[in-house]
Order: sequence, then C-alpha cells, then structure tokens
Amino acid sequence: MTKAALSYRHTHRFGIAASAVLLMLAAILVPLPAQAYTPRAHTLQINARAFAFEPGSLSVRRGDTVTLVLEATDTVHGLYVDGYDVNLVAEPGKSATATFVADKEGKFKFRCSVACGALHPFMIGELNVEPNLPFVRALLLTLVGGIGALAFFWK
Amino acid sequence: MNSPRFELTRIPLFKRVVTSRWVPWLFMALTLPIFLLAILTGLFGTPAGSRNFGIIFVWIVWWALVILVMVPFAGRLWCAICPIPAPGEWLQRRALIQPRAGGKLFTLGWKWSPRLNNIWLQNISFLAVALFSAVILTTPFVSALVLLAFAALALGVSLLFERRVFCRYLCPVGGFIGLYAQLAPVEVRVKDAALCRTHTDKTCYRGSDDGYGCPWMVFPAALDKNTYCGLCSECLKTCPLDNMGVFLRVPGKDLQTTKGRRLDEAYKAFIMLTCALAYSIVLLGPWAALKETAYAVGAPAWFVYAIIFLAANLAIVPGIFLACAWLTRKISLHKFSLRRTFTEYAYVLAPLGLAAWAAFSLSFVLINFSYAWQVLSDPFGWGWDLFGTANWTWTPYFAGLQSFLQIPILLAGLIAAIGMALRTAHTQGVPSRAALPIVAFCAAFTMVLLWLYV
Ligand SMILES: [Cu+2]
Repeated sequence: MTKAALSYRHTHRFGIAASAVLLMLAAILVPLPAQAYTPRAHTLQINARAFAFEPGSLSVRRGDTVTLVLEATDTVHGLYVDGYDVNLVAEPGKSATATFVADKEGKFKFRCSVACGALHPFMIGELNVEPNLPFVRALLLTLVGGIGALAFFWK
Repeated sequence: MNSPRFELTRIPLFKRVVTSRWVPWLFMALTLPIFLLAILTGLFGTPAGSRNFGIIFVWIVWWALVILVMVPFAGRLWCAICPIPAPGEWLQRRALIQPRAGGKLFTLGWKWSPRLNNIWLQNISFLAVALFSAVILTTPFVSALVLLAFAALALGVSLLFERRVFCRYLCPVGGFIGLYAQLAPVEVRVKDAALCRTHTDKTCYRGSDDGYGCPWMVFPAALDKNTYCGLCSECLKTCPLDNMGVFLRVPGKDLQTTKGRRLDEAYKAFIMLTCALAYSIVLLGPWAALKETAYAVGAPAWFVYAIIFLAANLAIVPGIFLACAWLTRKISLHKFSLRRTFTEYAYVLAPLGLAAWAAFSLSFVLINFSYAWQVLSDPFGWGWDLFGTANWTWTPYFAGLQSFLQIPILLAGLIAAIGMALRTAHTQGVPSRAALPIVAFCAAFTMVLLWLYV
C-alpha cells in the first residue's frame, strides 16, 4: 500500500471507530417510545418448595403495584428479588407478603434467600417488568457494536 | 510478529521475585493447606453446601479468582501456584526449593504417548466433571471426592511419567485455562531469538543446576503461544544467557496467527462455549425441572439430560458451526478443506467463550460471595466462630446490577471474535465476506446469552 492509501485507511478506520462509539452511546441513551399505560395492581401467589418456585416466571408492567405472596410447602424458603431488594421468608403454613411498585423495567432474578438444601443457590425464578427496555438496548448495542467491528476490521 | 511488548523482568524487584526459587514454593505452600482444608471440610463438614468451606472456597472464591481475574489478566498464573501437582512435583524432585544437581527428576520417567500429545483427554475430563456439575458444585462430599481424585491422579502420574504430564494432558481445568491464556496480556518468551541459536545446551528444556527443564514439556526457546506455558518460571532460572523474560503484551497476541490450529483445541473452544450456555440455562434459568433433572444423577430423566448435554457439546453446537464453516468455505471458493476451515475459525470462539464464562460467573459469584465470610469462621459448619464472622448473613452484592457488567463483557467478547474472524479470513487470503457466517454464529450466540441474562 502507498503511504497516502495507508494514511487514508487510518483516518477511515478512526472514523468508523468514532461513529460506532457514538452510535453505541445513542443505543444506550436514546429515549425509546413508551406506550400509554395505566398501571394495575397484581397479587401474585408464589409457591416455594425445594428447589423450585411455582410459577418460575412472573410478568408485570412498569408502574404496576405488585403484591407477592410467598408460600412454602416443605421447609423454610425465602424470596429475594434482585434489584428491588425485596426479601420474603415463609415457613410451611405461614405465608409472607410484600408489596412494592415495579418502577424499574427489565428482567430481575428472584432467588431463595434461606439455605434450604443442595440446589438452594440455583433456586431461581425471574420477574419480568415489561417493557424489557434494557434487553432492547443491549440488542441495539450488540448490533451497532457488531456492525461497527465488522466495518472496522473489514478489508 | 512485531507487536509492542514491555519486558517486566527489566524491573529489578519483579525479576528478583520471578527468578527466586522460593516464590513458587511459597505460593504452593500457601494454597496446599487451603486445598487440603477444602477436601477435609467436604468429607467431614456439613452437607449443606452454602455452609461448607469446600464448596464456597472452591466454586465461588477460587472460581471467581481464576475465571474473572487470573485467566483474563495473567493467563495461566493459577497453574504456577496450583497445589494439586505440588506433592507429586516435590516427590519427583526429591527437593522442595533448591534443585539437585542438573535438575534431575526421580521418577520412572515414562514418556507420554505421542498419540495423546493433544488435549482430547482434557476435553473428556472436563466434560466428565461438567456433566455432573449440578451435584459437584452443590454437594460437599462429592466435591471433595473429585478434588481428591485430581490430587491422587496428579500424584500417581507424576511418579510414573516425566514432568507435569497431569497438568499438560489430563487436568480438566488446565485445558480451558490454556485456551483462554492466549488472550492474556502477559507472556513468558525469549528476549532475543538469535541468542538461543548460539546456545546448544538447551538447558531450558533439559534443566541445569539452577533449575528444572520445562516441567510443561514445551521448548521455551521456541515458545510462541501461552497455551502450554505454565508460568512456572523454571526457564528464567535455567537460561544461562538470561535470555528469557516475562512480558506485557497486546492481549490475544497468540491468536493473531492461524499457525498450528488443531482440532482438539478447537473442540475445547466448543465445549467451553456450550457449557457456558448450558449452565446459564440449566443452573441460572427459571426452569426448576431442568435443575432437578441435572441433579438427579442416575434417574431415567438424567440420562436424557446427559445425552442432550453431551450431544450439545460434541455435535449440536459444533454442527451448527460446521454449517457456518461450510458456507464460509463456499464463499472463499473452496480454498481450504472443510476441516481446516472449521478448525481455524473455531479459535474465534476463544474470546467469545471467555466473555460468556465471565458473564455467567458474575451472575452467581457476586450474589453468593457473602457465604465466604461465614465459612471462613466456620469451615466445617460445626458452629465454630474463628473470626467472628460465622453469623454474617447472606448479602447479595450488586444484585440487579450484574447485567450492567455482563452486557459490556459479552459485547467486548463479540467484538474481539469478529476481529479474529476477519483476521482469520485475511490470513487465509480470502475476502472479508468469507467470515460473515462465522460472525453471524458469534452474534447469535451473544444474543442468546443476552436474552437469558437481560
Ligand atoms: Cu429454598
């Protein structure tokens, strides 16, 4: 390659990298369209036994008021919701209840918080607060980053 | 091969540390009692995993240290301080610190079979552990038996064979550390290759009064990738010309060339990639039936799980990749055989796989790390309180924030994989577009993980 071509290539690649970074920032920051929605109140019954939550997946919409009722059938179990810092402990025959507003969207794992046996660390369920904007942004980020990387390394 | 590097051994203190005969011994003397405690607590302590030192310190603390810190930043550093081969190595050497004359080894000195001069056995040993992981990770007694089996095997092998055959060919952990160590920003290399050609004694391989010949059976003078260099520092001690150094380098430098890519190593990449995905689904997903099936070893459903798990590792994921490689080969106008295309591009999965393992590990290490304080004070779960931390409650660290770490890590892995895929195409002398099917595979894999985590 000639010197001029090399220098063109360098500027060119710098341009690609800079645009990719800007677009990735945009994917993180750009406001995504929100649908008008009137929040509701839910009461969600969750049954805990070693080593399962039933149901394992819960779905609400952002802004909803969520009341979790945890029932344990075999031994003491807990339910800790990542990101919401909600922690319930239920004994068999003695359910536990917590109410909170699901004000953060995304997927939040909930897990048993009382050691209950071998698979306890993997006794996990998930609370989906829709719309899952973090996932949409992560996908956008991956697409932009991936295409940017392709353009950057392309010859 | 002229990428920039900085010689760390030019720093006097660093050089004194890595050329000291005491340092490797000191580290092993530190890790060996911890390892023994992990076995003892597993065998005799409480069966509740989260209360047992053996489970928490091996599968949370050690694991986090290896996959999140040591491997990405220092490659095989763990192998340099690992206690498992230590007793065998000390017996082989009949010495703890200073070597006997000529670095002689006392062992039957059998040579490893040339037909097994690959990591297929490591692939198998890793899969064997991985298949039973739901039990091994959670049951102290079983976990201890596995560690004990590693230790016994390492000891036995070191009495029969020369050098570190266990580490190089059998250790289930060593295989993937070696694969991912190629991404590390650290290397042990020759300073000046011309100087080595003048030195015919090859003490770095044969040993000398100052140290042992390479325990990992690589020829340090020709070292060009980290995969099988255990960072044991013997060659820094045995080189009479002071021609070996430790260098900071461009991360992933070993993967810039496609030279010497092999099917056994390629399969290591598939197994690691598949296991990261499988664990993310089985262990961390919201599907309790899957976890219970994986745990119920021996039950009819478990056999179905085992078949699917093994098929995913050995056939399904490599099969999908093979289809991509087939397309890639078509686009590159059949320049190379399908096997070569498949093998050479499979190394692209190294950064992708390491990122996947880091993301997977982040999601349970931070959440469960606080168990470490409890078991530190009460390793057996017998009600001790050595440091006053036995009753510290379980506190998930950074709960709900893991995805903010996982997303950039997975993205970085994907970008590195894309760069490597295109580089592989360029090295093969085919147009960039030939790499597109491989890039699509990597992007799809990343998106599936994102879907699981975010
Ligand atoms: Cu539980």
